[in-house]
Amino acid sequence: MLTYTIRRLMLAVPTLLFISLVIFLLLKLAPGDPMAQVPLTVPPEVKEKMREALGLGQPIYIQYVKWLIQFFWIEPQVLFDSIFGTGFAEGKLRVISWQTRSPVMDIVAQRIPQTLWVVGMAYVVGVLIAIPIGIYSAYKQYSVFDQVGTFISMIGYSVPPFFSGVLMIVIFSVFLGWFPSIYDTTLVVDSWDSFVKQLRQMIMPVMVLALQTTAQISRFMRASMLDNLNQDYVRTARAKGLNEKVVVMVHVLRNSMIPVVTVIALGVPAIFGGAIITEQVFKVNGIGQLLITAIQANDLPMVQTLTFMFAILIVLFNLIADIMYGILDPRIRYD
Amino acid sequence: MTIKTILMGAACAFAFAPAAMAERGSDGHVNIIYWQAPSTMNNYLSGGTKEMDAASVVLEPLARYDETGAIVPWLVDEVPTVANGGVSADLKTITWKLSEGIMWSDGSALTSADVKFTWEYCTNPDGGCANSNYFEDVVSVDTPDDLTAVVTFGVPKPFPYGPFVGGNTNIIQMEQFKDCVGVKAQECTEANFNPIGTGPFMVDDFRPNDVITFKANPNYRDPNKPAFATVTFKGGGDATAAGRSVLETGEFDYAWNLQLAPDVIGNMAAAGKGTVISGYGTSVERIMVNLTDVSADLGDTRGTVANPHPFLSDIKVRKALSMAIDRALLTEIGYGETGKPTCNVLPAPAIYASTANDGCLAQDLAGANALLDEAGYARGADGIRAKDGVKLSVLYQTSTNAVRQDYQALIKQWWNELGVEVELRNISASVFFGSDPGSNDTFQKFFADIEMYTNNFSGTDPESYMGSWSCDQIPSPDNQWQGNNMPRFCNDDYQAMLAEMAVTGDIDKRAELAKAMNDMLMQDYVMLPITHRSDVSAHSNTLGGVRMNVWDTETWNIADWTRVK
Repeated sequence: MLTYTIRRLMLAVPTLLFISLVIFLLLKLAPGDPMAQVPLTVPPEVKEKMREALGLGQPIYIQYVKWLIQFFWIEPQVLFDSIFGTGFAEGKLRVISWQTRSPVMDIVAQRIPQTLWVVGMAYVVGVLIAIPIGIYSAYKQYSVFDQVGTFISMIGYSVPPFFSGVLMIVIFSVFLGWFPSIYDTTLVVDSWDSFVKQLRQMIMPVMVLALQTTAQISRFMRASMLDNLNQDYVRTARAKGLNEKVVVMVHVLRNSMIPVVTVIALGVPAIFGGAIITEQVFKVNGIGQLLITAIQANDLPMVQTLTFMFAILIVLFNLIADIMYGILDPRIRYD
Repeated sequence: MTIKTILMGAACAFAFAPAAMAERGSDGHVNIIYWQAPSTMNNYLSGGTKEMDAASVVLEPLARYDETGAIVPWLVDEVPTVANGGVSADLKTITWKLSEGIMWSDGSALTSADVKFTWEYCTNPDGGCANSNYFEDVVSVDTPDDLTAVVTFGVPKPFPYGPFVGGNTNIIQMEQFKDCVGVKAQECTEANFNPIGTGPFMVDDFRPNDVITFKANPNYRDPNKPAFATVTFKGGGDATAAGRSVLETGEFDYAWNLQLAPDVIGNMAAAGKGTVISGYGTSVERIMVNLTDVSADLGDTRGTVANPHPFLSDIKVRKALSMAIDRALLTEIGYGETGKPTCNVLPAPAIYASTANDGCLAQDLAGANALLDEAGYARGADGIRAKDGVKLSVLYQTSTNAVRQDYQALIKQWWNELGVEVELRNISASVFFGSDPGSNDTFQKFFADIEMYTNNFSGTDPESYMGSWSCDQIPSPDNQWQGNNMPRFCNDDYQAMLAEMAVTGDIDKRAELAKAMNDMLMQDYVMLPITHRSDVSAHSNTLGGVRMNVWDTETWNIADWTRVK
């Protein structure tokens, strides 16, 4: 298992390098100009000066190598410095965003908490709701509960967040006035009142996102349970006189969880990717909003760094999912 | 005029009386939402409106424009003019005398050295300063004493209020930015995010593209202002959501740039929690007519003045295209109350607005058809007009935007009725307004027959704006397709008027010249203005003191904003 993990990690290095090159070239090939958002009242020769100041005039391969060094060598040093208080990265040029002229990683670090709170919480809530629904739907297949669950899953699958989010705002913020329509990212939770405030502002975005997660995971859970419920070992367990609770919750559930855990693990990188639309609708301003504004502004260093970080997470969680298989199911061995 | 002014003054004095009596910070907190979030607090590095408005909460220029477009002293006691001796008779120097006792928020004194430094900072060739054009022709800034800054221009400047007037050219602190000049400007994150200013507030926490929190500046020159202790300047979302948060839920006090469909904003305002405010600046949605041939077979000379357009170089065709447009209908559909049809590319300030072209307001399809008949373009079997084998077929491009696509569809229909074939095209704004010389889809390269967008000018003086249509502004391969003269218009009489304006100081004469230039462009039909657009914002009914300003930043008088109880 250990050799397998090490082999996979080694293999990840060329994969990621290749991904970074592809991302870089795709972004370079895409049309667009970081100065496009600068008002027309700014004369073209001034824009040209601004472009030069951003280093846009350099050849492509120099820009790429610069980015590689900044991302793989200087940024880890900055991280090391901030943990141990050393000074390795002092005076070295970090990955700088074209929009803000500040280090990309600082902004990412600023945005991660919002995203983890809202999108991460929505994932947890979604999974916690989905698993019992999936279990019960499968156990009582074609019952009223199953039909209603299927219907709600379909809604969760098919209604986009720019509709459900705005609908929730109109109902709960405009008409009822229960929750704020704009997320306050500066709120510090240090008292009961601020905790309640945080809860109130999180409810709507979390629910909108959780609906989607629930829809997806509950369908997986249901299907996986159904596969197992008809297996011989279940009949054996029942024949042995075990009660239904033990049969379903211990024997069937454990076996059914294997594919579901994989799906859950593969969904984790998406949390860090944020939720572009939902974050925009509720003004959460997390990673998703950061990515979309960077794309709109043609802020290539920012887009490049963010997409590459997603790539790392996806590669990493694919590996984790594979290892989880081995741990959960003793029949699966890689060595 | 006088009675009206006095009454207005009295009304203002009355309205602001409670504000004057308030104590600093006594009104608590104010929430502002800008749906496009500011990415830096240093407006010299962005040039965007959102950054300028955010910066103007903290940083201030020497003088600025009020909501009527008049220049008012800000960090000085009076605005220098030729009459008061502040501007030299040869129009080459302007002497600013700083008010005494103005302090930066860190407690140090504002001096003329800071003014001089600001000029040096923005004109450094490696700094990438977005506002360096405001310092054009400035050859030196001298500081005879701590409170005097003398700006010297290389040429006579009839309008010497480019540098240090208005929210584009705020004074920054030398002490803070002295190590941030040139290439270093891009790396000074700490200073760019937390500039020290003389304004009513100071930055407490800046989160790029997200939210800014400000707190009252303890060293602000007026001890009773600002009335608010703290400000939240939130970004993100979209215009609809921003409007909703002020007009419907009342969570925010001020929302910027609400370009929404007329019925949407009307419904929001009906909730009664806030007020929609608007002001007409100089923004005009206009159609540009390409006078050059852009056919791809021309290779390197495509879109250059070497090849006149096969039919758009005929003024009768251009005029017919203009006559076929119903500007009032388009404006009603696209902008409702927040726009008005216009026949001028220079619609404001009032003294520069011509009335000579107002005939274009009425659509005249029959007249346009007659004109094309007269010009010799006969309808073919397919209903499309042609002359000598040249078909009237145009490619009409603009940026991707719901209102612009509505305009395109309607105009296409009218032009089809004239017997003109129209192909529509829309291009993502980030490409269209980008100035990548490698892309064939930019508005400067203009590889189409017709294009449409909005432009404006900042401040109140139209000289450099009218200069956009000078011959040397024609985009061409020689200048990497940079330049503002999209129609590729070039006229000796126009050049002569531009040259005259550059040496004319008298405001009425300047107005006459500007109008004449506008009329020349309009009567030559090289651009077809359609809609004069207003800036639209909204404030809650509990926020007082807001004076919507289209000539400067919207936050220009935030020191006077108060909570209405």
